[in-house]
Amino acid sequence: MDSTRRRLLMLLPAAAVAWTYVQAGTPEASPNYKLTEHWWAMLIDIPKCIGCGSCVRACAEENDVPEGYYRTWIERYHVADWKIERPEVESPNGGKQGFPPNQDTGGKNFFVPKLCNHCVESPCTQVCPVGATFVTPDGVVLVDKSYCLGCRYCVQACPYGCRFINPKTNTAEKCSLCYHRITKGLTTACCEVCPTGARQLADLKNPKDPIHEFLKTHTVQVLKPHMATGSKVFYNGMDGSVR
Amino acid sequence: MQIPVEGFMYPNEVELQWSILIVLYPFITGLVAGAFILASLERVFRVEAVKPTYRLALLTALSFLLVAPLPLQLHLGHPERSLEMYLTPHRSSAMAMFGFVYLWYLMAVLLLEIWLDYRLDIVIKSQTTTGATRLIYRALTLGSSNISERSLHIDERLGYFITVIGIPSAFLLHGYVGFIFGSIKANPWWSSPLMPIVFIFSAMVSGIAAVMLLYMATTRLRGRQIDIRCLDKIAQYLFYIFMIDFSLEMLDLLQRIYEADESFRSLDFMVHTRLWTSQVIIQILIGTVTPIALLGLTQILKLTDGARKRIYALAGCLTVLGIFAMRWNVVIGGQLFSKSFLGYTTYKMAFATREGLLTAIALLILPFIILSVLVKLLPPWPDAGPVPAPGAIEPRSQLTPVLRG
Repeated sequence: MDSTRRRLLMLLPAAAVAWTYVQAGTPEASPNYKLTEHWWAMLIDIPKCIGCGSCVRACAEENDVPEGYYRTWIERYHVADWKIERPEVESPNGGKQGFPPNQDTGGKNFFVPKLCNHCVESPCTQVCPVGATFVTPDGVVLVDKSYCLGCRYCVQACPYGCRFINPKTNTAEKCSLCYHRITKGLTTACCEVCPTGARQLADLKNPKDPIHEFLKTHTVQVLKPHMATGSKVFYNGMDGSVR
Repeated sequence: MQIPVEGFMYPNEVELQWSILIVLYPFITGLVAGAFILASLERVFRVEAVKPTYRLALLTALSFLLVAPLPLQLHLGHPERSLEMYLTPHRSSAMAMFGFVYLWYLMAVLLLEIWLDYRLDIVIKSQTTTGATRLIYRALTLGSSNISERSLHIDERLGYFITVIGIPSAFLLHGYVGFIFGSIKANPWWSSPLMPIVFIFSAMVSGIAAVMLLYMATTRLRGRQIDIRCLDKIAQYLFYIFMIDFSLEMLDLLQRIYEADESFRSLDFMVHTRLWTSQVIIQILIGTVTPIALLGLTQILKLTDGARKRIYALAGCLTVLGIFAMRWNVVIGGQLFSKSFLGYTTYKMAFATREGLLTAIALLILPFIILSVLVKLLPPWPDAGPVPAPGAIEPRSQLTPVLRG
């Protein structure tokens, strides 16, 4: 009995360390990762999103996102009958705690998760005066916070409202597509926790990625296509009212 | 601090990114460009009537230009990294070019032109003053104390050449500031090819009005008589340029109203609510229509000198106010609505913070302090020229037209 208790006491710190390791999602090292062999994108399946907010919470945890700012968020749309140009949209606390029941019974309701679109022709990258925002060879738009001036020009240039200034670092911040995870063979934190599979990380350079089949067989759209930013976040089943 | 929001904003949009300091940036650079254009009227276009303001306009431009980068510097999240814009500029960024455009204008145009224009005065003062003053003027000669006829002739030719280059440079400086806003396709309030052009004309308007007011104020402070012919000419130019500026802005407005694209309803609502006072009342009615009408009156009616002076003073003040309101409406207005076109946020101006009202007021006072020092050092008044040393040539203002060509 004594011996078992002692063993348990010895194991507890190790278990705590292991649990922290699991919680932080620290991935296995992936030394064989080749930048040029990937071209990252994301698929959002709108009909599957239930607005639970798990993705927003997971993102905030994983990336230490300050309270009141969002690398990803969820919007709830309510479109009354034919009023496609005037939808009612809400995103209380970015949808982090989910949404209260919708009072309106008429029209249609749906959830739209949002994040950086990791544009190929990204306006934020274009305007950064020092190149602190850049596109990686595997197609992810990142910010070098050790180089960012905090001029906020990129925040103004993003058509999707995805950027903010982190009050702790005074530098621009946005979704990094969990670059620290995906380069180690893991998926993003938001995709990891999505209970319905509404978010799927996709590698457009991988011919075996199911995204290719999905894109062939579904009606897929990007946000604000008239902005011609080369967005790589694809939305399935997106209503015309979404902006 | 809870920011009042109406409708839906993307969650990261609620907080405004560019504050009153960024309003000051185009306002101040506009004054620089406008003052320089006024100076060039005399130098390049030979509008002799505005000669009394030539040097004052140059010194005004320099005073404001020295302050122009400060609002940007104070606004940065990491001001200590600002030099990176010079060392590792990102070539596709409109903002990255600021440092180069600024340096070009400051070093290659304004400082050089002022130095060439004042060189004779500086050399004479370096020989006629004593003590610390003498040392300052000796330093300002930059080691060039040759005031022979040939040397001054070269100064004159070079100065003329620099002014000619300076005109497109002034256009470039402020057109570029307009481009910073006009090239943001994500923001329909800013995104317009007319933006740089409107910025250039509004810059001319504000700069000319500011120098006109400064000329009136300083002449009165010195107890001298205002040259009404000069004032009439400046007011005439102000009136014409203001008409062009107003027409351009109205054209832009008409185009937006007629096109009524997806952003129109949202922007229209904003103008009728959040921007009603600052845009419709202050910018358009008080700051544009009224001064244009006042200046128009002086062109049509035969008024006494005293009445004209009072009208010019009032019109000048209203003009500067109107252009400031225009900068405010562009910068702040462009951030009040959501890029989803479904909601509006509010700008809560702080008071005693790095980007607050107090800082903005200090930044607006600073150019006048610099100007007062410059004016002491390099008097711009036509009646305060140096007494030429025996055998020296006359100051530039008295040089023959042949020499000036």
